[in-house]
Amino acid sequence: MDSEFRATTAPLDDGSVVTLVGTVDRGAKETLEAAYAEATSRPGRVVLDFRGVDYINSTGIAVIVGLLARARAEEREIHAFGLSDHYREVFTITRLADFMTIHDDEEAAVAAR
Amino acid sequence: MLQRLRRRRAENGQTSVGKGPVTPTTLLDPIPIPSGDPLETVLLSAGGPVGVGDLELVSPTLETIRSAGVELIVPLIGQGELLGALYLGPRLSDQPYSSDDRRLLGGLAAQVAPAMRVAQLIREQQAEAKERERIEQELKVAALIQQTLLPKELPAIPGWHVSAFYRPARAVGGDFYDFIPLGDGRLGVVIGDVTDKGVPAALVMATCRSMLRAAAQRHGSPSQVLAEVNDALVPEIPAAMFVTCLYAIIDTERGDVVLANAGHNLPYMQTSDGVVEIRAAGMPLGLMPGMDYEEKRYTMGSGEIMVLTSDGITEAHDPRGEMYGFGRLMSRVARRSDDMVTAVVSDLEAFTGPDAEQEDDITLVVVRRSSSAQDSALAFESGELLDAFTVASEEGNERVAIARLAEVVAPLGFEERDVERLKTALAETVMNAIEHGNENRPELEVGVEVRATDEVLTIRVTDQGGAKEIPEAQTPDLEAKLAGTQTPRGWGLFLIEKMVDEVRSTSDGRTHTVELIVKRKGAL
Repeated sequence: MDSEFRATTAPLDDGSVVTLVGTVDRGAKETLEAAYAEATSRPGRVVLDFRGVDYINSTGIAVIVGLLARARAEEREIHAFGLSDHYREVFTITRLADFMTIHDDEEAAVAAR
Repeated sequence: MLQRLRRRRAENGQTSVGKGPVTPTTLLDPIPIPSGDPLETVLLSAGGPVGVGDLELVSPTLETIRSAGVELIVPLIGQGELLGALYLGPRLSDQPYSSDDRRLLGGLAAQVAPAMRVAQLIREQQAEAKERERIEQELKVAALIQQTLLPKELPAIPGWHVSAFYRPARAVGGDFYDFIPLGDGRLGVVIGDVTDKGVPAALVMATCRSMLRAAAQRHGSPSQVLAEVNDALVPEIPAAMFVTCLYAIIDTERGDVVLANAGHNLPYMQTSDGVVEIRAAGMPLGLMPGMDYEEKRYTMGSGEIMVLTSDGITEAHDPRGEMYGFGRLMSRVARRSDDMVTAVVSDLEAFTGPDAEQEDDITLVVVRRSSSAQDSALAFESGELLDAFTVASEEGNERVAIARLAEVVAPLGFEERDVERLKTALAETVMNAIEHGNENRPELEVGVEVRATDEVLTIRVTDQGGAKEIPEAQTPDLEAKLAGTQTPRGWGLFLIEKMVDEVRSTSDGRTHTVELIVKRKGAL
């Protein structure tokens, strides 16, 4: 089964945006960590764009938890947008939503500071 | 209702209106003639206008009329009833009323009376229609209050089956029931009935329900809960209204039931030795403060049933006026049934007859303790097989399984959100089967079977890791994970349990099976 994952990084006025595409599972770990490292070479927050993500499972949640742990150690804010209603619920149930700011859309995520 | 007016008459014998040198027309305050007054009898039998001066009666009404200056009374009679009367003062000419005048007035009265009767009837009908509308509206409000407060769903507890039935009478009595989760595997079960009907009963029911919910969280003992609610309710409840109520706490792990009863129908336990009534003494709620409630205990064994009812069942009548009664209810409960709610309701309907208007609200709560395995097998085997397939134990194959599940459940009418939850639950279950059960050995298969009844959808996932211990789902400690003191993993079982109504695991030493159970919308 296709479990490809890609991540690209772009600068924002006050940080960086990481665009995630494909499947977030344990296979996404290295790519996502590399993208995070690139994003955090700049100061400021990291915004995760989930619009291109079609599937997240528990191993993917573990990868995101790893990312949140790093961000917390570095006192860096994590924002997110583009999550489907279902994954928004999953993020709420797992309490990931307590450790990142989830926005309704790109505009809100970029505008937030 | 009598219409009375006096007209000062102009000299030419016509009612004065508008300009002219005549004394202005004045209206007299109405002087009702009470039913049974001797004057009524005289007017009914007079056959025309009656001169006040000719009357010699002991009647306070006549005195009032006389002192108001009335000289002539013209009765308005229709169908033998005194509908009203015209009171006339002296003629402006100071001449007495002539016999012509009287004949003219008598003729006028004969014309006016029927028209007045019609007007009265129309007014009465309008008032009645308005009253009917008000009652209908009130019934709607009462029904709305009641239905809003009854549980929207039944508790789903492994090893237990809870069902409930509520059907309001047309006039909506004050029946209610409630399930209160108390933590530690304990469940509070309430059934009650407010005397009286309509909006007042519905409001008392709402108050009582909130009080019970609050008290249930504070006290672990049903007698304390009822005593507290009773004391709180006494100053709130209208006089002559009270609430019968039974409150039971079930320890769902051990099967222990502790209950107290404020004058409600006795609970029945269906046991292997027949039906047992549990008598716990107590006064209805809201009558007087400081009441004590007796507490009784019973331990429910596998397959035993507790039946709680309202008096709308036991006090229903057949066409000859005989009551359904406790005896019939008890013998119906004594006969086993997989669906006791339907069994009792159909028995009752057969008794009252098909066309009987329901006299009072009917409420039934049935709690069955069953061994989890039996229950599960029963529910699963009785469902229609929708799909069965296998996937090899290779990473990523959970997505094959959920893609197929999405197709299978598409015609079942689930909301998109529920389908997504099902997919996540199945994905995580299949991943566990691949990794932990089958240890990622591609030659081992993971079996998936999907069945549905009208009530539930069940997905069975089977792997070959039967000899292994089945881990319990634990709530992951996110703080510890973020602090790096706990592995970031360990979300699978937690997620599965959150995504479906019930998860059951069984193992036979060779295979290991996980069942995911979700209720279908619209099912009780």
